[in-house]
Amino acid sequence: MALAAAKETALAAREAALRLPECSGWLGAARISARARLAAMGLPARRDEYWRYTDPASLNAPQAPVAAVFRPGDEAPAFDGIDRFRIVFVDGVFDAAASDDLSLAGVEIERLSQAGGSDIHWAQGIYGVLEARGQSPVQRPYAALNTAYATDGVLIRATGRATRPIALVYVHNSETSDAILHHCIKVEAGAELTVLESGPAAARFCKVMEVDIADGGRFHHIRVQGRDHERRAVTHVFARLGAEALFKSFTLTANGRLTRNEAVIELCGPDSVAHVAGAAVGDGDFHHDDTVFITHAAEHCESRQVFKKVLMNGATGVFQGKILVKPGAQKTDGYQISQSLLLDEDSQFLAKPELEIYADDVKCSHGSTSGAIDETALFYLQSRGVPRVVAQSLLVQAFLAEAIDEVADEAIAEDIRGRLEAWLARHAAKAGA
Amino acid sequence: MLEIKNLHVKLEEEDKVILRGIDLKIGPGEVHAIMGPNGSGKSTLSYVLAGREGYEVTEGSAMLEGQELLEMEPEERAAAGLFLAFQYPVEIPGVGNMTFLRTAVNAQRKARGEEELSAADFLKVVREKAKGLKIDADMLKRPVNVGFSGGEKKRNEILQMAMLEPRMCILDETDSGLDVDAMKLVSDGVNALRDGKRSFLVITHYQRLLDHIRPDVVHIMAGGRIIRTGGPELALEVETNGYADILGEVG
Repeated sequence: MALAAAKETALAAREAALRLPECSGWLGAARISARARLAAMGLPARRDEYWRYTDPASLNAPQAPVAAVFRPGDEAPAFDGIDRFRIVFVDGVFDAAASDDLSLAGVEIERLSQAGGSDIHWAQGIYGVLEARGQSPVQRPYAALNTAYATDGVLIRATGRATRPIALVYVHNSETSDAILHHCIKVEAGAELTVLESGPAAARFCKVMEVDIADGGRFHHIRVQGRDHERRAVTHVFARLGAEALFKSFTLTANGRLTRNEAVIELCGPDSVAHVAGAAVGDGDFHHDDTVFITHAAEHCESRQVFKKVLMNGATGVFQGKILVKPGAQKTDGYQISQSLLLDEDSQFLAKPELEIYADDVKCSHGSTSGAIDETALFYLQSRGVPRVVAQSLLVQAFLAEAIDEVADEAIAEDIRGRLEAWLARHAAKAGA
Repeated sequence: MLEIKNLHVKLEEEDKVILRGIDLKIGPGEVHAIMGPNGSGKSTLSYVLAGREGYEVTEGSAMLEGQELLEMEPEERAAAGLFLAFQYPVEIPGVGNMTFLRTAVNAQRKARGEEELSAADFLKVVREKAKGLKIDADMLKRPVNVGFSGGEKKRNEILQMAMLEPRMCILDETDSGLDVDAMKLVSDGVNALRDGKRSFLVITHYQRLLDHIRPDVVHIMAGGRIIRTGGPELALEVETNGYADILGEVG
């Protein structure tokens, strides 16, 4: 009981510092029911099974901890070379001047803050709905808090093949900003959409993206989380897939004091495919947590989880990944790999792979490893004249390659590889100086 | 070219002495062979010269064209003109062979203050040299040595040697794991690099490689020392009588 009381107290303090957006229409109703879900859960605590490896204290604090703004200097913005439609949020506030004209996106886009007044809306069946489905069997209080308190976000509906990716750009400009954004995406039957996300967003960022993919729909998500070292983020992707639908998500993270990325995916129609991947590079006071839950609820579905982390100078990586195969989900093909490359003895990787299977004709595999850099390979490269720091970054890139290969679009994958290479080179130069 | 004086080496981790005073002088354009039974310290000598960790030099020096190798990082030794063809070439998953070659070539050029090769120029050179070694486009694309057969790995070593154009090449048991045809291919690759200036140190267990790569000088190594030095006929003597005779003789 003491724990429940503490969670309730933490929630009361957190909510006292938040303002519930105006509650009318369909959105108001969704917010009210999310608040009820949140009240029943309270905020997370270290003793919760899924928060054992990640301390939620800085997320629970009523005020966002101060986070210095990182100036990227001459670093090109993420996805700079990709023809994309830009929607910009600065510290969680929509920046119309920096964004493209929403009416020209080629898909239906509306801002959440302007969509709530009416009684009916296509997003009604998604907003807070996929999040609520994802609350069982594992509670995700920050997702419910987000549904209740999100100040803005975008509602995107793709009915055909989108001509170019939608890029959500998150700028961090204030040391104390506390942003809560919520996006809903509907990919109609046979439609295809790519969403890019980039930037640190705020000193503290709470984000939910709900994605509903109808039969035969295809959705690609590629994210580069900003380099601001002191930022904190808790993000969730909830996805529901119809028959023969495709969901692919890849995240590159470098820096960030705390990052918790949750992905909750439900394969509801037969022959659907979901891939979630992440590559993270952490140096020093860095804590990066991937928490993934994939439910196979239909036959002949495929899921892949590929997570790779490179950790040094006391950085911590966490992976909690689960595959749940429901009764009847025969011919499931589930794959999960989580690996860390520890560049020194101060860093640690905590992995909890889980399989729960209630069907008898399935193929599920999982693996998790932690290892040091291969000294023999390092010497081999050096003996060919490659300086040690360059050799090390080459091996780091090789280690992360399997995750980056999950990005289907070659131009976007190249952008990711180039960015990673530049970061590692800068890091090597700094270490060598 | 290479001058080794009174080189003493022990393992860092345990108190085991491997090399007990090696003296060796290789002039420009010369091909020297080192032969010897297992455990005589042949491979250790090659690793110590290339700068592998785990060995402690307790005495002696190794100069490459007047520069002390033993004080340099492995990559500096490479840039100074040293190349070691590994007995067991290392597999590096995730790093493409081509990327590896280009990174190495350009790193050395940079270290010597030369301009880096453009992608197009590099490609032209690598294709030409690969052709001679019967290395196809697929082998160049694949990750370094991953899934390569023994022969392919050794050919890949020679390709690297050809691309990097070192002045002093050490071949550590390059013949191990090769069939007759592969040995011919590898030897032809090495011989093509003999230009009267470049020097070679060929480490081998058997005489047969020396039928293809003809040495000027043959050394017999045992117990961490060079116990005999002679001409090519010394290799034939080993072939006929084995090491036992020579070892007994020196006793």
